[in-house]
Amino acid sequence: MGTFSRLLPALCLAAALPAHAFAADLEPLLKKLLAVGPGGAGSREAQQAWQQLARADASQLPTILAALDEAGPLAANWIRCAADAIAERVVHGGGTLPREELERFVLDRRHAPRARRLAYEWLVRVDPTAPDRLMPGMLDDPSVELRRDAVARLIDEAARTAEGGEPGKAVPRWRKALTAARDLDQIELLASRLRKQGEPVDLARHFGFIVRWKLIGPFDNTGEKGYDVAYPPEREIDLAASYPGKHGPAKWIEHETDHKFGRVDLNQALGEEKDVVGYAAAEFYSDRERAVEFRLASDNAVKLWLGGARIDAHHVYHAGSQFDQYASRGVLRPGRNVILVKVCQNEQTQNWARGWSFQLRLCDSTGGAVLSGDRE
Amino acid sequence: MRRTAIRWTWAILVLAACSGSDWLQFRGTDNRSVSDEKHLATTFADDENVAWKAPLPGRGPSSPIVVDGRVVVTCSSGPRQDRLRVLSFDAATGERQWERQLWATGSTICNPYGAVANNTPASDGSSIFAFYSSNDLVCFDLEGNLKWLRGLTYEHPTTRNEAGMGSSPLVVGGVVIVQLENQGESFVAGIDAADGTTRWRLERQPDAVWCSPTVLRGNTPDDDLVLLQTRGRFTGHDPRTGEELWVYEADCHTIASSTTSGDCIYLPANGLHALRYDPAARRVEPLWYEQRLRGGNSSPVVHDGRVYRIKSPAILVCADAADGGVLWQVRLKGPIWATPVVADGHLYAVNHDGLVHVVRLGEQGALVGTSQIDAGILASPAVAHHAIFFRSDAHLWKVALPRAPEANP
Repeated sequence: MGTFSRLLPALCLAAALPAHAFAADLEPLLKKLLAVGPGGAGSREAQQAWQQLARADASQLPTILAALDEAGPLAANWIRCAADAIAERVVHGGGTLPREELERFVLDRRHAPRARRLAYEWLVRVDPTAPDRLMPGMLDDPSVELRRDAVARLIDEAARTAEGGEPGKAVPRWRKALTAARDLDQIELLASRLRKQGEPVDLARHFGFIVRWKLIGPFDNTGEKGYDVAYPPEREIDLAASYPGKHGPAKWIEHETDHKFGRVDLNQALGEEKDVVGYAAAEFYSDRERAVEFRLASDNAVKLWLGGARIDAHHVYHAGSQFDQYASRGVLRPGRNVILVKVCQNEQTQNWARGWSFQLRLCDSTGGAVLSGDRE
Repeated sequence: MRRTAIRWTWAILVLAACSGSDWLQFRGTDNRSVSDEKHLATTFADDENVAWKAPLPGRGPSSPIVVDGRVVVTCSSGPRQDRLRVLSFDAATGERQWERQLWATGSTICNPYGAVANNTPASDGSSIFAFYSSNDLVCFDLEGNLKWLRGLTYEHPTTRNEAGMGSSPLVVGGVVIVQLENQGESFVAGIDAADGTTRWRLERQPDAVWCSPTVLRGNTPDDDLVLLQTRGRFTGHDPRTGEELWVYEADCHTIASSTTSGDCIYLPANGLHALRYDPAARRVEPLWYEQRLRGGNSSPVVHDGRVYRIKSPAILVCADAADGGVLWQVRLKGPIWATPVVADGHLYAVNHDGLVHVVRLGEQGALVGTSQIDAGILASPAVAHHAIFFRSDAHLWKVALPRAPEANP
């Protein structure tokens, strides 16, 4: 996409907002920042443009922030640094920022979530009353940071209710906060509070972890060579088929994990082995075409396919497995989709290298669960 | 006219003497963890010898650097540790001068012990090069004006480490050298300090290494070398081209980095190897190897003919730099991750709990003071402007005696 065509929607959006008509002199500067690319491409031009942009009047902040709507990750950092430099200069100089325009920007969900958060943080610097006014409406915000703060406020409110001696009265707030929460620490806290009151919480469902799988293996991974070998499940998903495995015929088996975060332990399901490859397949039903994020975690080398197209791969063994370790994007088709995960175990024999497992969830851009249509 | 010129020269000399040396990168300007500063505090507390203490908005094992009257420090913050911050403080007053933030473009997953601001920034005296575990590399001038940025994991998506990347950048000869050795796409790159473009790139085996590049100063800046250590190999390179000039094979440590003193190099590798670089022949020759100088994750320090190494659990070992013979040991309190610094006849070693040990150096080492600062310290201190600068996840301290010494040029 050309630079100007990338910039145009942001400029139009900014122009559509009544309080800050687009300042024409910003356009060539923003275009240069939006044009930066990998490898330092465009840096010299951007450097000059940045210096001018950073001298812009504070009233132009909303327009500059609006350019973030169309910015890639590198350009976004150029633009946010300029916005910060302007706001910092004005605030340090005893000036003020355009509060009403910033608030309008924060509340306009057409803007990029991170741009809105940035506007919010500067707004709060000059208007400490803003959180009380804005946060109650942000429990479902597309910005995970704004949403997090709104959830935190609700948790605090629930705590005050619980401190009154009747923690049961806090349950509706905890439940509401859990529905909104996207961050692991907040969710675990809320799950703990609710369970203490006898309330059921299904964390695997809340996060969107797939718990029902078809598994097959082991195939050979001696010398870690199996990572690049396309074993039959990579060519076809025939659940009735049997293939030559490492120790004889390998067949698909049903597996359902009860791990709270949907972890599938292949040592348990397929047998504890070294130098092996296992596959996991799942059917996923979507009521419409939709973009989703695949958040995968494993201590092992992994590959991930959606509908036969590879969307993620990491040839890394036993470097640590973290929640939401790998994120990739894909588009679900209406109806049945097939997800395939390849999990490779190497020859390491240390106790900490025993793990042969994975977990996968589908979610929206905020981390909210996307569940298969046939999930109970 | 001549008298005026002499006055100006004198004034500049006095100012230079008063301002002291900068501390421009990881383990100091020459990566030696040694400072010529004098009259430093050996004990301190909130109400004693703390010139100022500034709150920090995020975490970081990265060390502060001191450049042209500024203390620059990096932090990372947010529930995903994806807010990358650079802050500049007035070294004299502790006033925050500017702050810039970026959004991480690479993985922010790292060991909970560390943070995305694992890597110490570097400066060439006119620019600041901040680097993070997400492999975001950004250059600002001293006033906080953005000059360029790179997203090295954004460009190379498998370049990441699930425990975090920890290597600090080195700036030498107009090139910022970053070592990105990990289990994915693994390489060392020389980035042009002026515009952020890649000048050279060296491929590396997929393997996790947290060591930092080290400078070996030559007789002139054109003779400076960059030293790179990876599993099994220690190499010297032309920083301008990346050309490998020599190789020394050893079982190199993958966290503790080498240090230098003159033409000598001290390499942590299953013990300590001492090497001498011959600039005429452009090769290194082994001097000695001492297995008893096997240390933890902090790097060795060499000063005044002595080698200092912190062994696990927390034993400071002093050895003769000429032959590796152990001279004395002092037991400290661990765990210690941060490389100690030597200044004004003392060694300062801070442990993870924030206990600063001050050891007087001499024929025998003596623990002469301990002072307590915040817990959670992984960063080496910086020494500059008659002060020691410590940072934790929460604060930046300037520790200095109440009155700076009179200039005596």
